[in-house]
Order: sequence, then structure tokens, then C-alpha cells
Amino acid sequence: MDDSILLAHGSGGKLSHELVEKKFLPFLANPALNKLDDSAVFEASGRLAFTTDSYVVNPIFFPGGDIGKLAICGTVNDLAMNGAKPLYLSLSAIIEEGFLLRELEQIVQSIKKAAEEAEVSIIAGDTKVVNRGQADKLFITTSGVGIISPGVDISGANARAGDKVLLSGTIGDHGIAVMSQREGLRFSMTLESDCAPLNKLVSQLLETSSRIHCLRDPTRGGLATTLNELARQSKAGIVVQEANIPVKEEVKAACELLGLDPIYVANEGKMVAIVDPADADKILAQMRKNSYGRDAAIIGEVTNEHPGKVIMKTKLGPSRIVDMLSWELLPRIC
Amino acid sequence: MKFIDEYQDNKLAKGLAYKIAQRSTKTIRLMEFCGGHTHAILRYGIRQLVPKTVEMRSGPGCPVCVTATADLDKAIALAHLPDVIITTFGDMIRVPGSYSSLQQAKAEGADIRIVYSTIDAVEIAKANPGKSVIFIGIGFETTAPTIAASILKAQQEKIENFHILSLNKLTPPVMKALLDSGEVKLDGIVCPGHVSVIIGSHPYEFIPKDYGIACVISGFEPLDILLCIDKLVEQIEKGEPKVEIAYSRGVKPEGNRKAWQLMENVFEIGEANWRGIGIVPQSGLKVRGKYERFDADKAFSVSLKPPREPKGCRCGDVIRGAATPVECKLFRKVCTPESPVGPCMVSSEGACAAYYQYETLENLQSF
Repeated sequence: MDDSILLAHGSGGKLSHELVEKKFLPFLANPALNKLDDSAVFEASGRLAFTTDSYVVNPIFFPGGDIGKLAICGTVNDLAMNGAKPLYLSLSAIIEEGFLLRELEQIVQSIKKAAEEAEVSIIAGDTKVVNRGQADKLFITTSGVGIISPGVDISGANARAGDKVLLSGTIGDHGIAVMSQREGLRFSMTLESDCAPLNKLVSQLLETSSRIHCLRDPTRGGLATTLNELARQSKAGIVVQEANIPVKEEVKAACELLGLDPIYVANEGKMVAIVDPADADKILAQMRKNSYGRDAAIIGEVTNEHPGKVIMKTKLGPSRIVDMLSWELLPRIC
Repeated sequence: MKFIDEYQDNKLAKGLAYKIAQRSTKTIRLMEFCGGHTHAILRYGIRQLVPKTVEMRSGPGCPVCVTATADLDKAIALAHLPDVIITTFGDMIRVPGSYSSLQQAKAEGADIRIVYSTIDAVEIAKANPGKSVIFIGIGFETTAPTIAASILKAQQEKIENFHILSLNKLTPPVMKALLDSGEVKLDGIVCPGHVSVIIGSHPYEFIPKDYGIACVISGFEPLDILLCIDKLVEQIEKGEPKVEIAYSRGVKPEGNRKAWQLMENVFEIGEANWRGIGIVPQSGLKVRGKYERFDADKAFSVSLKPPREPKGCRCGDVIRGAATPVECKLFRKVCTPESPVGPCMVSSEGACAAYYQYETLENLQSF
């Protein structure tokens, strides 16, 4: 029988220490974490960005990633979207009694790999174990600190009329890959989640141009929700061309089958950049040089008209409003 | 898998729209029966592509929307019974009933689970032998065969704790009821695509024959719908109404015999209660006597207070095609996808949700 997490692993006693020392520390070791003090101490100067996010994805393993990779990439990307260079993360795991230790180890290894790629250190952490049924296998919360270089001012409120809207690649990959694995909806496809740390791509773009106004990663709620957030925050209108939005054939087919619109499906390794039109082509070219921006495209522009609203020119020509996602995405019945 | 792009081709669409405009001289009203068509029409802006002479109206083809409030109240009451697990398609849980909703019942502690297919509900029954699992069986001829298959599976595997609340409905009888009422004048019907995959084209023959109304079965991609509209306009202009298939990659005239046989084995035809329409004879599917132990209506009894409709909500009118969503005073002001008053704003196949989600800027400003 496989070893699994017991309530005693969360007691604060010997088993708790053993869990941290055997399952987490060997993979995530760094000087600040190794001290095992009550808090991590680090030096930083300048403008800092700070963020936190919780991850409760079901299933916890999906094509192209798992909850561990997601928890690192998500927080790294949230920092990067403000132009910050992510430095340190904290990681807190709530584990359901009975969770398999080998699965935990697999996830910690994936955390290690993602953190290495993003060049961030996990310097603080916590584990709790709850009774069976009180959590769904494993929940992870990560918080992160990053540093913003002088002169960098990126915010969802900075879009101006005339700016170009760039998208770093195909949409819907993560949402459809996860959905394809869900109980009762299993369909086989080669599609993988796009889950990836985008901080290096962002730093390359910041080196290329000082005229990047907004960055945001369209996660839950999809591209449509992100564009609406940016339009509202900037009090500007956005017009996008449906035909320019890159979507993989597998995602199109799955969306057609399920009655979903890819612009509402989640992504975990894509970003929207709103930039000065003079630098748009240069930024696009730089994006495409990075493997996470290979399929990047200019999908639209910012306008003075219809502030706070997103308009899409459909593939057939007519325009319509694109609203935020209002409820959970559900496959059609008929 | 390039096929989807081909059915969304801009030039072909413009060509078809031009053809329709050339052909159309009379002012006509078409009804798209299916909510999936309403969504596609609005999502791709097809109303703006067709000439002003062609008016599109949504019909009753949204399974969640047509479920009568009294039936929803019954589902909610069943959810409150001890040791019962309710399984349902997702949209149902947000629809307001007379006094509560499934979502509310869930928050109060009822065990209500969203499933993507009926077979999942059977699996839940298998995994919970101490509980009664009831599946809320909504939908048209599209979902009925899978629900029938789930009853057969439960019988085969001797899963005694699985039940269906059979609210399944049939398409042609409700079309007849709408046409008999004469409330909405129609010249043509965009017939449902997925339903017709199952039933074929023959069951619509009475519509051109008895009512002189054109019928064309359509797929769900924008070019499918434009092709369908073109064929409808052609029939109407020529004065030669008939049933045509503009979705031949999915629909055969005889339909899917195997699916039919499955349905006929498990269900018998009876009356059904439709929101906004009332009792329509011969329009519902009831579980046959030989499978009655799977019939939730036979296995459980609940007492219900008389149903009440939400005040001011015009879902009934919208379902019959007697009003468009924007004619409802609550639309967008009180009734939104975040706080829906009626089911047409809840369901991903509901007309109000489609009008809300895919509105044009001009319409929104004039609103």
C-alpha cells in the first residue's frame, strides 16, 4: 500500500517536522528557508510588488502541469504583470488526510522545477493537514514579492486611445486541457495546459520598449474578462478583431463540441500587453522570439469611444459587445 | 480538423448574405427554435448580416427555460428529502423556483451535484448505495436517448437507488401547439440541428403541409445558419414551403433509428408542462411501467405549494416568441446573468442571456 498523509502529519509534532524535512526541504532548499525560523529575512530596496493567490484546481494533475507548477507560475505571473522581477515566494499547503505521499512528492518536484525556471526562491512555507473530506486532496496558497525597476510603470489603468492590444499566444489551452480530464467529461486529446512562468518574457519586453502601458494574464474568466478589466480600469474602449485571436484547432473543436466560447476559457501562460502604437511591431517581434510568445499577435486597439466596453469585430464582419464571464463555464445541454 | 474555420469563412458568409438580400423582397419573420441557434446568431452578428426584411425570433428551444416552475419546485422539494442526492445539468441549479432554487437548497445543506452526463449520475448512485440518487431529466430529443441509456445501465447493473425525474420534452408537438395558438405569425422555422440528428426531417412535414410554413434544419456554425436562412427565404419567396436539410453532415431524413429505439424502449409519450405555454398533449416523455422503479415520480412523493411566477418576468412570452428579451422591462435593469429573475437569463441556451451577452453597441446605447 502507498504511504499517505495522516492527520498526525499536521500535528506540529515529529511527523510534521519529518514531512517538511523529507518532502519539502530537500527540493526547495535555500539559505533563508533552511534556517527554519518563524519568518524569512531578506534584503530588498526600491519599489516592491506583493501578491497572493490560492490554487484549488481539480484535477490536481492535468496535461502539461499540476497544481504545484500552477501555484508557482500563477504568482510569478501576477508579479510580472506589474513589471516586477519576482524574487521570493511563500508557499502554504493544505493537505487532505489520506493524500498519497508519492503524489505530494511529485508536486513538490514540479514546484522546484517551476521555481528554478522562474528563478525565484521559496523562502517561507507552512503545511496543514485536514480531515478527509474537508479539502479536495491539496490546496496551495503562494504569495510573492518582486522588485520593480525605476521608471517602469505598468498598470491596468494605463491604456490610452490609439494603443495596440497584443496577445502572447493561443487562448483556451489550459481551460480545455483541464476540462478534458474532469470526471464525466473525459475526452482524449493531445492538448496541454499552457501553464508557464512569463517573467522572463516580460523582462525581455521591458528591455525592448519603455512604452508598455498594461500587462495582464488572462487566467480565470479568459481573454474576455481580462480585456473588460483593462477597459474599465483605464476608462477606455477596446476593439478586438476575432479573426486575429490565435486559437488552436483542438481548442476550437472542443469549444464547438461543448458550446463554449474560447475567449472565456482560462489560460495560465498567456498575457495581454497594451502598448504605444509606435512600439507595437517591435514588441510583437520580441514576444515572438520567446517560446512562450511564439504565436503572439496584435488583436486590437484602444479607443476613446465606448469607455469601459470591449467590442469585437466578429469573423463575419459585424461587431458586438464582449462582456465579462458572468458565471462558471458549463457545457451546453442540447 | 480545419472544418470549423471553413464554416466561419468571412467571404463565403458575405456572399451568402448578399444572395439572401438579392432574393428577399417580402418582409418575413423566421423563428429559430433552438437556443443554440439564438446564441450563434447573436455571437456572430448574423442579424446584422441579413437584410432588414428578415426578422429573427427566438423560440422555445432551451431545455432549462421551458422547464415549468412547478416541476422545478418538485426538484427542489426532492432535494430536501433525507438521504437524497440530486444530480443535474449545471444551469438548472441557478434557476429561481417559486420559493427557492436548487442553488439555495444546496447552500442549506441539500446534496446537489452538477453532472455533465446522465451516466455520471448512475456512477454516483453506484458509489452511494445508502442514498437515493435522482437525476433531473431535462432536455429534448437530444438528451432523452442518453437518459434512456442510463436507466438501462442501472437495470443491467442492478443499481436500485437510481431514479429519473423525467421532464424530457418533444419538439414537433410544441411547434404544433405554438402554430395552433396563432399568437406569433411565422413565415419560416430554423429547425433544430442536434434534435434533428435524432428525429430526422420527417416529423416536421406537417408544418409546411398544414400551416404553409417553410422549414429548414440548420447546423450551428454561422455559414450553416446563413445557408438555412437563404433556403427559407427562397421557399417563402417562391411560395413553396417544404422541409429541407441545410445540415446534411449531421442530419439524415430518417434520423438516428438506434437512438429512437432506445427512447421508445424506456419512455412513453405523455403530456408535458411547458413554462409559458402550459400543458401540451403528447409533448413529454414518461418512464414506461416496466422501468417504474427508476421513476422518481413513482418512488417519492412530495407536497408542493402552488407555483408562483416571478413578478414582471416575461420568460413565458420570450419562450413562445411573442416577445423579444429587450421588450421585457426587467431585462438588463433588474434581470442580469449575475442576478437572473427568470430561466432565460440563466441558461447558456436562454434567449435573454444571449441578448445580454452579445448585444451590439448601438442597441445598448439606444436602450
